[in-house]
Amino acid sequence: MTPSQQRRTRTNLGRSKFAASLLLAVSLLSSVSCTRKTEQAADGSAKTSSSSEILIGEYGSFTGSEATFGINTSNGIKLAIAEWNEKGGVKGKKINLRSLDDQGKSEEAASAMTRLITQDHVIAVIGENASSRSLAAAPIAQQNKVPMISPSSTNPKVTEVGDYIFRVCFIDPFQGTVMAKFAHDTLKAKKVAVFVDVKSDYSVGLSDFFKKTFKELGGTIAAEASYQGGDMDFKAQLTQLKASKPDAIFIPGYYTEAGLIARQARQLGIDVPLMGGDGWDSAKLYEIGGDAIKGGYFSNHYTTDSTDTVVLDFIKRYKAKYNDVPDGLAAMGYDAANVLIEAMNRTADLTSAQIRDELAKTKDFAGVTGKISMDANRNPVKSAVVVKVDGADNKFVTTISP
Amino acid sequence: MTNDPNKTGHNPVPEVGTKPSAKPAPKRFAMSFVAPVGAFIALAIVGQLLEASTNQYVQLVLLFMCANIIFATSLNLVNGFTGQFSIGHAGFMALGAYTSAYLSTAVVQNPSFFDFIWFAIAGGLVAAAAGYVVGLPSLRLRGDYLAIVTLGFGEIIRVILLNTPAIGGARGLFGIPRPKEVVLGDFVFTNFYMNYLLAIFWVILTLVVLWRMVHSVHGRKFLSVREDEIAAQSMGINTTQVKVRVFVISSFFAGIAGAVFAHAAQGLTPATFGFTKSVDAIIMVVLGGMGSLTGSVMAAAVVTLLPEFVLRPLTDITGIDLRMVLYSLALILFMILRPSGILGTRELPDLWRKNGK
Amino acid sequence: MSDFTNELVQHIINGVSLGSIYALIALGYTMVYGILQLINFAHSEVYMVGAFTAFYTARYMGLADKPGFLTLITLIVAAMVVCSIIGVSIERFAYRPLRRAPKLNILITAIGVSLLLQYSGQIIFGADPKVFPNVLDDQTLATLGTAELRLFDVTILGVAVFFMAVLTYMINYTKTGKAMRAVSTNWTVASLMGINVNRIISMTFIIGSSLAGVAAVLIGMKYPKIDPLMGMIIGMKAFVAAVVGGIGSLGGAVLGGLLIGFAEEMVKGYISSTYADAFTFAMLILVLIFRPAGLLGKPSQEKV
Repeated sequence: MTPSQQRRTRTNLGRSKFAASLLLAVSLLSSVSCTRKTEQAADGSAKTSSSSEILIGEYGSFTGSEATFGINTSNGIKLAIAEWNEKGGVKGKKINLRSLDDQGKSEEAASAMTRLITQDHVIAVIGENASSRSLAAAPIAQQNKVPMISPSSTNPKVTEVGDYIFRVCFIDPFQGTVMAKFAHDTLKAKKVAVFVDVKSDYSVGLSDFFKKTFKELGGTIAAEASYQGGDMDFKAQLTQLKASKPDAIFIPGYYTEAGLIARQARQLGIDVPLMGGDGWDSAKLYEIGGDAIKGGYFSNHYTTDSTDTVVLDFIKRYKAKYNDVPDGLAAMGYDAANVLIEAMNRTADLTSAQIRDELAKTKDFAGVTGKISMDANRNPVKSAVVVKVDGADNKFVTTISP
Repeated sequence: MTNDPNKTGHNPVPEVGTKPSAKPAPKRFAMSFVAPVGAFIALAIVGQLLEASTNQYVQLVLLFMCANIIFATSLNLVNGFTGQFSIGHAGFMALGAYTSAYLSTAVVQNPSFFDFIWFAIAGGLVAAAAGYVVGLPSLRLRGDYLAIVTLGFGEIIRVILLNTPAIGGARGLFGIPRPKEVVLGDFVFTNFYMNYLLAIFWVILTLVVLWRMVHSVHGRKFLSVREDEIAAQSMGINTTQVKVRVFVISSFFAGIAGAVFAHAAQGLTPATFGFTKSVDAIIMVVLGGMGSLTGSVMAAAVVTLLPEFVLRPLTDITGIDLRMVLYSLALILFMILRPSGILGTRELPDLWRKNGK
Repeated sequence: MSDFTNELVQHIINGVSLGSIYALIALGYTMVYGILQLINFAHSEVYMVGAFTAFYTARYMGLADKPGFLTLITLIVAAMVVCSIIGVSIERFAYRPLRRAPKLNILITAIGVSLLLQYSGQIIFGADPKVFPNVLDDQTLATLGTAELRLFDVTILGVAVFFMAVLTYMINYTKTGKAMRAVSTNWTVASLMGINVNRIISMTFIIGSSLAGVAAVLIGMKYPKIDPLMGMIIGMKAFVAAVVGGIGSLGGAVLGGLLIGFAEEMVKGYISSTYADAFTFAMLILVLIFRPAGLLGKPSQEKV
């Protein structure tokens, strides 16, 4: 029915031809103008920045379902850059950040990275949170020999892409081991149930290494269930996990769901400890989870009850700038930016290759998320802390070194 | 095809007004062969110019555009020409993408240029097979119900991809190769260029096959199903068979689009092929005009290029990421102001033809 | 009771509670479909706006820390009012100009509105999740073995049933309701009979959207985390529920909602939580293949 109506209502040919040619013209013009711009830019500053500014790139998920993680990371990065610029920048040059949104899609991450490098000519790139998007973009950085530093991509494969790819967070095998050891040694758990977010590569990766280590330590995995990020009702799975009578439940997801899961678990009468990874680190965890999440344990990079001045200063300045308590992702973004800029500061003349070399030499950098030293695989060597959720603050429980 | 004396601009069904049998067979064959080859050569030359004048970013977006063109035109066959309503097209694209990606990473080491063609065909065939499985039971349903079933299948495919460790699951499948660069004496054909050749090969092949199909006896059947299913049935057309056939062909090309996409992006995650990807395809079809292949090509170009080259720079000026807000606003306004899309049911050549007379 | 029965009873309680929420949202889809034959993709975003309305109302009226039925009612009313305004504006500015356009155009417009609300929501409200105020103090009302019946579940069911009863009364016994049914049967004839079709369509959007507002507050109460994209998943499920029940049929939406909620719970509990969504959609497909108009839908007669 409808197409024939459509034909009846169609307008004269002249108008549509005009519209068609207009659209074509617009698209052609836009691509041509872009081309021009890059040609000009390509002349002067290929890979060293000779102007009075240094351009660093960032790509992240600023819109879409993972926007909150991308935005918090970006806030941390921006805070670090603002601080350096206040101090006069690097080698007398102001640092400029170019942030591109990838909408939480891996192909957009690839095109954002390509744009940053080949069109905007940044000398280094910070990003992404999610390992899947870092993996999509890292080969492009590697090919073009532009250093990339990821704040929180925990999949070991990310830095295996090549010698220009770095990170400042733990990798999954380490963090999985930390929590498995903690469950086994401190909680004395024999049977642990695992509740994983199958939509998140972080959650899947962390749970795999946790299960492996926990079994090696002699424990058993009582039951496994899964959810998808964005779900609200977890009672079906929790009822099933409860039936397996675990000594603890490991929930390697993000705080956005962990709070709700904790609430529903308590409602179902599950009173065994809940455990998580650094994805839990946010003030929102307690706000969403309320008293239900109290007594939960998670592995993290630092504690908010720390007396370390670096941490305290960071929290104070972050609050002043964004009127919000920083979460773990913001801290990682802050550290990633600082490690990068520090390395830039050490180079002789700010080329991408020199920045790479200096990044690789990073040693005992006092970051918010701990002392960072890069190992031969460009992963940081740092210890993890296990903290206990105790109201709005987290209490330090133990430190576990790699 | 242009000199049919009976043809006027006011023909109610202009795109099928020309009869394929109106010309002597050898000439028709020559035309159908020369035009695509000519287009390929022309685009290949354009590719060299692009290679020289643009950066990798523009080139990557162009490759995505090629994938989108195939994706949109293949859906137009179902939604535009046959009047069926599919909103799960991304599922078939995903199958093609993952099949081709899996073959090029896990099965064949160091694939040659021609390997990529059969990877894509394999991807297309897997998608087509799924299209058959989906289409056979569900195409008896009408309108919105068919839409919902296709949506359901699209989601099922995504959930299965998410939970298949062999292709990475949520962690994604990475390191998907592109055709390698070729050195012939002084000439270097870069891997972008080889990939571009592959992409335009598929774009042209898709367009030729679909164009020939909708301008054939089969095409008439598609249109009759679209215009009035009962009348078509009473004329002796097996409408279910026609619909299933269209669905399978459309799925095949969606699979090809997936393969082109996979080798351009070089990484895949199941999240890419969610409901929004299917919606993108519908937007391109409606924007270009339901039942206009060239319209879909233009719309695919606009939808791919606009967010990257127009809305991104705009974001730099405003400081807030308004890309998707502006995009959705433009979409609503366009639908209200120009409901029949850029070209309606006409094709690009129709416009020039009108002028010439 | 044995472990198995305990677990089963718990699953049944969970399933009914979840299902009644799906049913409330499904009603909005089904009403608009019944009258306009339009899948109103923006409905789930109206629901999202309802949740944020309640959030900000509670904050500015200082109700965030005053749990009780009065707070619940205030928030529900606020959400209903704002949702109706949004729903009517969407209809007026996005759908009405297209009323005679091909169906796919209106559908795309609906998707456009949905995207617009999602992304403006991310800019206006921020992308980070907000914590819904404590509307009611949850408590256990009864225990069956280890399974618990809680106040939230009972409230949700009660409120949902109340609004469904009001709706049924309206549709069947009031003048507006009769006019709605007339418009849904044949709007040309209805307009000849002196019914103001535009007014009736606006009415439909008011009712459907305010039900989304009710659902938003109930869900916010039970799952206290709201964000601008919260409508996507639940909207899809509610929509599936409306179709399974028979889109266009009010009873069908309720039945479909309960069925989907229940089936989802059982599949997650006993078969596979990983593939639960695939099962839901497979069920949808099976229902449609064997009963193409849904469980309670009237099969449409093809006119020659």
